[in-house]
Amino acid sequence: MRAAVVVFPGSNCDRDVIHALRTTVSADTETLWYESSDLPKNIDLIVLPGGFSYGDYLRCGAMAARTPVMKAVRRFAEKGGLVLGICNGFQVLTESRLLPGAILANQSLTFICRSCTVRVERTDTPFTLGCRENQVLEMPIAHHEGLYFLPDEEISRLKKEKRVVFRYCGPDGELDDSHNPNGSLDNIAGIVNERGNVMGLMPHPERASEKILGSDDGALIWNSLHIWLEKGGR
Amino acid sequence: MDCKIFGLRKEEYETIKKQLGREPNEAELRILGVMWSEHCSYKSTRRLLRQFSSEGKQVLQGPGENAGIVDIGEGLAVAFKVESHNHPSAVSPYQGAATGVGGIIRDILAMGAWPVACMDGLFFGDPSKEKTAGLMQGVISGIGGYGNAVGVPTVGGKTVFDGCYDGNPLVNAFCAGLVRHDGIVRSNTAKPGQITVLLGSRTGRDGIAGAAFASARLEEDTKGSRPQVQIGDPFVEKLLIECCHELLSKGLIVSMQDMGAAGITSSASEIAAKSGRGVLIHAEKVPLREKGMNAWEIALSESQERMLLVIEPRYFDTVAECAGKWQLECAAIGEVTDDGRFRIMEKGKTLVDLPAEIVGGGCPEIHWPSIPLSESLTKDLTDTVEPEYPDEWGNHVLDLLSSPNLKERAWIYEQYDHMVQINTVVPPGGPVSVLRVKGSERLLAFTMESDPWSCGLDPFAGGAETFMKAARPLYVCGAQVLGMTDCLNYPSPEDPGNFWALEESVKGLATAASEMDCPVVSGNVSLYNESPAAKILPSPLVGLVGLLSRREEYLSCGSWNEGDKLFLVGPIKGSLASSLSKRLLCGLSSGRPFVFDAAKERSFRQKALETAHRSLASSGRVLAGGGLTVALAKECVLSKIGAKVDPECFMEAFEVFFSEGGPRALYAVPSGKEKEFRELWDSFGCAFIGSVSGERLRIDGFLDLDIDDLSVAWKG
Amino acid sequence: MTYTAEVLVYLKEGVLDTQGKAVKQSLQRLGFQDLEDVRVGKYIQLRINAENEEAARARAKEMCVELLVNELIEEFDIKVVD
Repeated sequence: MRAAVVVFPGSNCDRDVIHALRTTVSADTETLWYESSDLPKNIDLIVLPGGFSYGDYLRCGAMAARTPVMKAVRRFAEKGGLVLGICNGFQVLTESRLLPGAILANQSLTFICRSCTVRVERTDTPFTLGCRENQVLEMPIAHHEGLYFLPDEEISRLKKEKRVVFRYCGPDGELDDSHNPNGSLDNIAGIVNERGNVMGLMPHPERASEKILGSDDGALIWNSLHIWLEKGGR
Repeated sequence: MDCKIFGLRKEEYETIKKQLGREPNEAELRILGVMWSEHCSYKSTRRLLRQFSSEGKQVLQGPGENAGIVDIGEGLAVAFKVESHNHPSAVSPYQGAATGVGGIIRDILAMGAWPVACMDGLFFGDPSKEKTAGLMQGVISGIGGYGNAVGVPTVGGKTVFDGCYDGNPLVNAFCAGLVRHDGIVRSNTAKPGQITVLLGSRTGRDGIAGAAFASARLEEDTKGSRPQVQIGDPFVEKLLIECCHELLSKGLIVSMQDMGAAGITSSASEIAAKSGRGVLIHAEKVPLREKGMNAWEIALSESQERMLLVIEPRYFDTVAECAGKWQLECAAIGEVTDDGRFRIMEKGKTLVDLPAEIVGGGCPEIHWPSIPLSESLTKDLTDTVEPEYPDEWGNHVLDLLSSPNLKERAWIYEQYDHMVQINTVVPPGGPVSVLRVKGSERLLAFTMESDPWSCGLDPFAGGAETFMKAARPLYVCGAQVLGMTDCLNYPSPEDPGNFWALEESVKGLATAASEMDCPVVSGNVSLYNESPAAKILPSPLVGLVGLLSRREEYLSCGSWNEGDKLFLVGPIKGSLASSLSKRLLCGLSSGRPFVFDAAKERSFRQKALETAHRSLASSGRVLAGGGLTVALAKECVLSKIGAKVDPECFMEAFEVFFSEGGPRALYAVPSGKEKEFRELWDSFGCAFIGSVSGERLRIDGFLDLDIDDLSVAWKG
Repeated sequence: MTYTAEVLVYLKEGVLDTQGKAVKQSLQRLGFQDLEDVRVGKYIQLRINAENEEAARARAKEMCVELLVNELIEEFDIKVVD
C-alpha cells in the first residue's frame, strides 16, 4: 500500500497515523504538505489526520478544507481513490463537502478524550471489509467538536443509503444515549460517501493499533484497506 | 530616585549603582527591577536551593538551563521541568493556565527536545464554593485548550483541595521531552559574530512586568491586574515546535531560549552570560503588534509563543524561509558580541548598557530571618486531637472515597488529550503514568506529588514524605527513579515562620532526594502565595521521572485475580497526623507525620523493584491518601473483584487501616509466588491480611461493602 | 474607498445551539429569570476596498459563502458601514 498523510498547519496526529500504517500493514507512507496541488504518483490512500488545523479557528476544518491540497484530494476521490479523514480530518471532509453534514461542539461543551466502543454497521466498504457485521471495536475519541449533524430529511436519506459505517455503542453493541459520548445524531461515529471510497470517522484508529496502547482494534481498518488493495480494489 | 516603583529594594539599588559605577537610567532600572524580582532571581531561596544535589551518572544537564536532562540509554535522554503559573492563573484562570502550559513546553523545546508529556499540579480552594468551581473550570479548560491543540498529551498530575488555596490557587505545569544526546541544545555556546533571531509571534504590550507581578502578594481586587496576563495561542506554539525542530534537524541553530518571564531581556542576557559573551539588541528590528512601544517595553514584553535563536548569519535566509513555511514571524534583532554587555539600542542610540552577568545573576541574596514555629509545632505534635473513631467503618470509607482529595479525576483528565503521539501505555488516573519510547523496549514512568498537610505540621518530615510519596509508586511499578524536578510553592518569605517552614521542607526534600540517589535537575520557586483572606500551606510539589528497561518489568495496580493473597508490607502503622481520615473526622491535622528513615526507604526500594522485576505479584499499590482501606477499596473497584480481610492480628486497627506515610504497600500475590514473595519481604515487615474473592470488600468486624457502592463513591 | 462590513454569523433554527443553552443556564443561575432564550454567534469584521457600498456588500457575501459561513448549519447578516 502507498499512502499519503496530509499535514495542515496545526495537524497533530500525522506522525501517529504514519506510525500505525507502517507498523500494522507496512504501508509505504509519506507526508503531503497542504500547499501542494499535485499528489505523489501511484498513491492508494490519502489520510487527513486529526489535530487542530488552523487552530480550529472559525470552524473546525473550515480553513483546511479550502487549501490547495484539498482540490487534489477531491480529484483523487472523484477517480475512486481512497480517502480517510480522522477526527479533524472528518471535519475537513464535511467542510469540503466530500461528505455530507456538519460536526458541532459536543453536547457537554467539553473536550472528551477516552476510550469508546463503536459498532461496525457495514463490512462491504474498503475500510471495514476485514470486520465482522456488528463487530464492536474499541477506539479512543479525543475531540471538542464531534457531534455529527444533518438536517432531518437528509439524515433519513443517509440512513436509507446505508452510509453510516460506525455507531457509538455499549460494550455489547447496544445503541443508546448513555453510550453516545458527544450527542451525535443517531450515534453516528463514521460515515462514507455514496461511492464508498471516502470515509470520515471521529474515533482514532491509529491510537488503537497496538496492544501496548490498550487496544489493537483500529488495526482492522488498516488491514481492511490492505486486503481491499491486495484484491485489486474490489 | 524611588527605586521601589521598579520593584527594587534600597540595598539592591545601591548594589546596581556600585556595579555600574553610575546611576542606572529608567530603562535599565525597569529591566533590573524585573530581572531581580523574586521570580527571576531566586534571591530568597538561592541559598536553600544549593542543598539539592544534582549528582548522578545519568545527569546530562543539571539546574541552570531551561530544563534538566537525564540519560535513558540507547542514546536518548529526557528533558523535564515543572514551573509555576500561580498568580496569572488566579487572575485569569483560562489564560493563566494555558500560557503556563505553553511556557513549560517551550522550555523543553529550548533544550532541543521534542515535548512528549505534560502533567499539572493543581491546588484549589474549597470545592463547594462557587468561586472555586469557576476557577477550576477555567484552569482545566485552559490546560486542555492549550495542550490538546499543541499535540502534547497531558498524561498525569496532582489535584489538591484545601481552604488555604481559596484566594491563592496554584497551577504548576510540567513537561518532559525526548532528545538524542547529540541533539541537546544549550545556552552557553554563543560566539561573537553570530546573530540573534526572534521567531514566532509579534511582540505586544502583554504581560509586561509579569515576572514582577508573580513576586507580589495578590490584592483583593485582581481585576486591576488583568493587563499583565498574557494571551496564549496554541496554534502558533504548534507551528513553533515544528519549525524549531525542522531548523534543528538541519543543524541551523547554535542556541535557543524560550521567551517567558522578562521576554527578550532574560533570554538574551542569559545566552550572553552563560556563553561569557555580550548581546546587542536593536529594538527597532523587533516585529511589533502595536505602535508606539518603547525600548524597555519591547525588552520586557512577555508576549507568548516566541523563541530567541542564535544562528550563524549566513543561515538567516534559510531560517527565514523555514519560518515562512510555518507562517511565523522571523527577524534578526541583534548580535552576539565579545564585550560581556547586555545592550539595547534604538536607531543607533544606546538605551541600555549593563554587564550581562548582573542582569540575570547580579541580585544579592536575601537572608530572611527564620524562626521555628516551635510553639505551635510542639502543640500540634504533642496535643494530638484524637478523632472519634467510628465503630463501623463503612460510611467513613465511602466518605473518604468521595471526598474531593480522593475522588477519581476522570472528569479532569478526560478533558485533556492524554493519548496523542501514541505513547501512553498507562493513562492518567493511577499512581504512575507510563509512556513507551517508540523503537525501544524502554518505558518512562512519571509521578507528581505534594503533601501540604504534612509540610504544615512538620516541614522537614513533610518535605521528605513529599519526595517519598512521589518515589514509592515508581519503585512499586518497577521503575528506577532517574531525576526530580520541583515547584516550591510558599507564602511570603518575609514572615520568619513562613521562611522557617520553607527552609525545613526544602531540607527535607533535599535530604530524601539525595538519600534515595535522585538528582534534582530542574525546578522553580513561587513565593508570596497569599491573599488578604489566607496564606497557603507550605506546598512543595515534586515531579519524578522513572525508567523501566523492559515492558516485563512493569507491575500494574488494580489487577487482582481471584485467589490472590493480600500482603501489607512495611511498618504496620503509618501516621494519622495529617491523614485524610483525620482531616475528615475532626477537620484538622495534628500530631507528628511519619518520620523519614532513609535505610528503611532504601530497603523498600530494593524489595519493591525486585517484586516487580521478578513478577512476584499480580498487583501492587503504595498506601497513600486514606491508607490501607482506601488502597483495598481502589484495588477492588479497579480489579472488579472483592476481598476478605481478617485484621484480628492487629492492635489499634483504626491506625493500621487509615494511617498514611512511610514505606508501606499492598500487594496481591498469586499462590504460586507466595513463598518467594514472603522470603523477599519477611525481613522488612510483611503481614498476610486476607485474600481476593467475592464481590464485596469485607474487613471482619469493621466493614462489609459491595464493590459497586465503592465504585459509585469513588467514581460516581 | 474602504468599507467596513460587519458580519454576524449564527446557527440556524433547528440546529442545536449547545453554547447558547449553556449560557442560558448560567445566566438563569445567576438570577436572570426573565431571560427567554440565548443564541451564541460570531461577529466578524471585514475591511474591504470597493467602489461603493453595494460592491463591498457583494464581496462580503462572497466571503461568507466561500469560507466564513457553513450554510448547512449557519445563517448570516451583513451590515456595511463607511
